[in-house]
Amino acid sequence: MACYSLRVVAGDLNTIVVQTGKSVNRQTARPEVPKEPEPPFLSDTSLLQVRDLQTKILQPASFSLAAGECIAVKGPSGAGKTLLLRAIADLDPNQGLVRLEGRDRSAIPGPEWRRLVGYVPAEPGWWAETVGEHFRDWTAATAVLAKLGFPEEAKSWPIARLSTGERLRLALVRALIIRPKVLLLDEPTATLDAASVATVEDLIATRLRAGLAVLWVTHDAGQARRIARRQLAVEAGSVQEEIGRWPVTSP
Amino acid sequence: MASYIALSYLDLALASVLVLIDAGLSLIFGLKIHRNLLIAAIRMTVQLTLIGVVLTALFSLVSPLWTGLAVLAMILFAGQEVMQRQDRRLSGWWSFGLGTGCMMMSSVLVTAFALLTAIRPSPWYDPRYAIPLLGMILGNCMTGIALGLNTLSTSLMLRRASVEAQLMLGATRWDAAAPVTRDALRSALMPTINSMSATGLVSLPGMMTGQILSGVPPVEAVKYQILVMFLIAGGTGFGAVAAVLGGVYRLTDARHRLRLDRLAAPQAV
Repeated sequence: MACYSLRVVAGDLNTIVVQTGKSVNRQTARPEVPKEPEPPFLSDTSLLQVRDLQTKILQPASFSLAAGECIAVKGPSGAGKTLLLRAIADLDPNQGLVRLEGRDRSAIPGPEWRRLVGYVPAEPGWWAETVGEHFRDWTAATAVLAKLGFPEEAKSWPIARLSTGERLRLALVRALIIRPKVLLLDEPTATLDAASVATVEDLIATRLRAGLAVLWVTHDAGQARRIARRQLAVEAGSVQEEIGRWPVTSP
Repeated sequence: MASYIALSYLDLALASVLVLIDAGLSLIFGLKIHRNLLIAAIRMTVQLTLIGVVLTALFSLVSPLWTGLAVLAMILFAGQEVMQRQDRRLSGWWSFGLGTGCMMMSSVLVTAFALLTAIRPSPWYDPRYAIPLLGMILGNCMTGIALGLNTLSTSLMLRRASVEAQLMLGATRWDAAAPVTRDALRSALMPTINSMSATGLVSLPGMMTGQILSGVPPVEAVKYQILVMFLIAGGTGFGAVAAVLGGVYRLTDARHRLRLDRLAAPQAV
């Protein structure tokens, strides 16, 4: 169930990959360096690069994410986890540098960016009456939906009668079939039973092996350990990578 | 126009007793509206007397400049009214500018269309035709735009999750806001549709009854009323579409984000 990072950014895990405020590389920083060169973590090796991403509430956050890598995001409620994901998906006004495969986000139109960097919120929205109307390509969706236990007839189910757990899983599939390169998940299993949690983790793990990169917000330390080898901690709007205690176990 | 009966000030004074009776009822039942009622009645009397004087002057001048200024003043008052009818206004100049701009565009356009094609007074800007016509179109356009913009901002807030869900899946701002846009346009045009279907059965429009009272044969008055109804439908339609699309444009941005932060804080009641 562990999700393997295909490439560890900037050499090894103890290299600073996530910082707030000034970007300083621990390995290369010397006490009196007059001019800091470009932070090395912005090399072209990672899929998603985030530098000094900030909003009115979010303090500057920097990290990068490789293809096939999963980072768990933890932190108390209201700390800014959702704001971080929304800022990356460019749903709120924000400043900073975000790059995908070396392409600057500002050079990519918003709708195209969100197809490349998918975001599944904790409470997904619905704009039509039935399940089927929310999927652009129902045939593509059925295969994935079947894995999560949805029958073919689910297409005509009214949204109003779905449970919270069903909605979460449908929203996940809705985002997956667009085939994003990065997926931002906001507590995708919060209201699911143990069996469904395992199925969802399995599904994402399969996609990770195929090269998808994932930021996964979870309150469950056990889940964080199962799905990710790196972890971001968000607290009072500041985003930092937890280093040392992580990874807890090698896969 | 032989059957036109002029009113004396004594006639009006007699009718005003009815308002005083209303005020008396308010006192008896403790409604506490007698003050507002009297102020409103006085305002109405003063405003209409003034407009009577202004119109007399305008009609005798037949000046494009003064007619234009009167039209501008009417549109600015209507813009103020649109702004006042919003639960949540757009922030900054947009709250006044958007509604006012759209009303100006559509009501002037439709009035000019009627003056140049159907009515054709000489000169075409003769205030005796231009001002009442514009007033009727503007009044309805104002109601439509106020309703449309109010529905737009409140439903964008209520249905934020559904609009953003579409944005998250790569929809453009126009596609994501389409259901809300449709609702806003429907509510903007509903009063016009309702009044067209009820006219003649439930209500006799003021303009038509006014013409009949002043001696115009009913069939001729009806023709005028039908023309005015079409003009109102057109003016409200253009104005509402422009205002609602302008509202969607303002409440989203070039990165296709929903920008509810561009609504001003709710007003203290």
